[in-house]
Amino acid sequence: MIEKTLKGKPAYWIWLAFLGMFMAIGAACYIRQYNIGLSLTGMSRDVSWGLYISQFTFLVGGAAGGVMLLLPYYIHNFKEFGRITILGEFMAIAAIIMCLMFIMADLGQPMRALNVLLYPSPQSILFYDAIVLNAYLYINILCGWVILTAERKQVKPPKWIYFFIYLSIPLAISIHTVTAMLYCGLGGRHFWLTAIIAPRFLASAFAAGPALIIIACLILKRVAGFDAGRKAMNKLVTIIIYAAILNMFFVGLELFVGYYSNIPGHKHAFEYLFFGLEHNGHVYNNLVPFMWGFVVLGFGAIAVLLTPAARKNDLVLGLGCGALFLAFWLDKGIGFVLAGFVPTPMYDVVEYIPTANEIGITIGIWATGLFVVTVLYKIAIGVEHEVEKC
Amino acid sequence: MDKQRRKFLKIAGASVVAGLGVPVIMKLSGEPAHAAGGNAAAAKDTLTKEASKAVRLGMVIDMRIFTDKPELLDDAISSCINAHNVPQFPDKKNEIKWLWKAPFKNVFPYHSSSYASKKIGKVDFAVLCNHCDEPPCVRACPTQATFRAESNGIIAMDMHRCIGCRFCMAACPYGARSFNYQDPRPYITKYNNEFPTRMKGVVEKCNFCAERLALGQEPACVEACQGTGAIIFGDLNDPGSELRAVLDKEFTIQRKPTLGTKPSVFYIV
Repeated sequence: MIEKTLKGKPAYWIWLAFLGMFMAIGAACYIRQYNIGLSLTGMSRDVSWGLYISQFTFLVGGAAGGVMLLLPYYIHNFKEFGRITILGEFMAIAAIIMCLMFIMADLGQPMRALNVLLYPSPQSILFYDAIVLNAYLYINILCGWVILTAERKQVKPPKWIYFFIYLSIPLAISIHTVTAMLYCGLGGRHFWLTAIIAPRFLASAFAAGPALIIIACLILKRVAGFDAGRKAMNKLVTIIIYAAILNMFFVGLELFVGYYSNIPGHKHAFEYLFFGLEHNGHVYNNLVPFMWGFVVLGFGAIAVLLTPAARKNDLVLGLGCGALFLAFWLDKGIGFVLAGFVPTPMYDVVEYIPTANEIGITIGIWATGLFVVTVLYKIAIGVEHEVEKC
Repeated sequence: MDKQRRKFLKIAGASVVAGLGVPVIMKLSGEPAHAAGGNAAAAKDTLTKEASKAVRLGMVIDMRIFTDKPELLDDAISSCINAHNVPQFPDKKNEIKWLWKAPFKNVFPYHSSSYASKKIGKVDFAVLCNHCDEPPCVRACPTQATFRAESNGIIAMDMHRCIGCRFCMAACPYGARSFNYQDPRPYITKYNNEFPTRMKGVVEKCNFCAERLALGQEPACVEACQGTGAIIFGDLNDPGSELRAVLDKEFTIQRKPTLGTKPSVFYIV
């Protein structure tokens, strides 16, 4: 099936070349970072995780979000999702590849990465994260490939594959839960030390992931003649709205606990995120515009998706989903990780601003993910068209 | 005054087990320091059998003495820097700190400092790794590159195994850990050939001078304050130690005790 990636319209090749350019820039930036060190990033002794780990966290959600296609189709027998479950699986593959690349980019000694397996440490959550992420990657490759092969041959998928499909559903939940546990088990960081992190991560993933699938479907409809069907899209919109409202609700609960209890440690990070935190006569507010962007775009997107127009008009639907994806990226891909470091354990405030080199690597990895997803979707759609012709 | 302490340090140093070939992670053996005493009260005092046997190194920092002689802390810090080839980066972003100073409100953020005496506001406190009995950094490390030496309770680092994920830095509630964002060697002011330098991409922190203890010496900061009683070092599990005598006599506080990390560094304010 791989041969399908080698035949395409000029637009396909231009798009891949465009992504390839950013991948090359990212690679060059990474070589610099590899040689000089992470001092080329904006990270510091006080803000020891930055853009890489926040992108990783967000993209684990992108991978887990695909389960919102599998679950209705395989558990509730919602037939309309039959054509797009493969898109969810392939999106998950690309997202996990990006996650692993972001982790590698963040390591001080990337050549020693396998030490995580050579010296397994069951007390460390990172050990479990490595296991579930890799397991989820390979299970998605397996399921995606076997199902697509069966479809191409116009036969039913083999029975044994259902074991792995059903296994992938709890595994999708687990990747984001374990990722949340990386944060919520750290005693010294007030902002992260809350049991709602895992549910919040899942809610935002189940909104942002399917939103991206809808955007992908709308693009595929225009450029590849692949129509996922209105009924499937509308069902996805319903799922997105519920998950998005849950995420906003969870954020609200966090704000309640912080502000009603009036405990300084619970409030500091929220103060920093939404209003600016005053410390030693200086107001630190780097993230304030991003977080209000999240609030406005988030509620705006939910409102747009609730309108009947979103269920009929592709443009309205696309804008709503795009706004929602962007909103939740601002929240989880920017705010969540960085705010955890405010204030520092020594009660100081240190702000983080990514460097150009760091942004270059980040864009390079995003471009790689889009490249992988493009190639995988090309295969899936190619098989789809081949079957239609028969 | 410190006859007993010297004795302990010598015993401990003489029975060193060569660790993994890296001086940084040498271990002290766990001498049953007070088992021979037959002190029933002391035996009751310790919660578990293991705790009564193992050495748990700890420290009392007497800020009354540092308040009177602030230059003493500078001496201690520079002897630490020289002993461990700690690089001196000009910028705050890349800095590496093992033993450093900070005001009370930063060191004890959960203790009230409203209407604090002016004296407290001006004093610089000595800050270092707490060598916790329940270390969150050790729990977080995915490769056991940072670990608790069972024989003496030191939280040690294997810089050859560290992958530089910085999970330990996020986990440490005391800001005790530093990451080598770039090659530290050009920023070492005075080379000490007795201690290894580090490479870029690994985490490091105070090691309670495990390498000096192995030779029967006191930690560098303790030695720098010799005779003043500003830093008292010893075995927390030995009821007969000078350290325990000071802890019995004085009111001491630990940093962020509510987190359950059980710091081994105590402060007399």
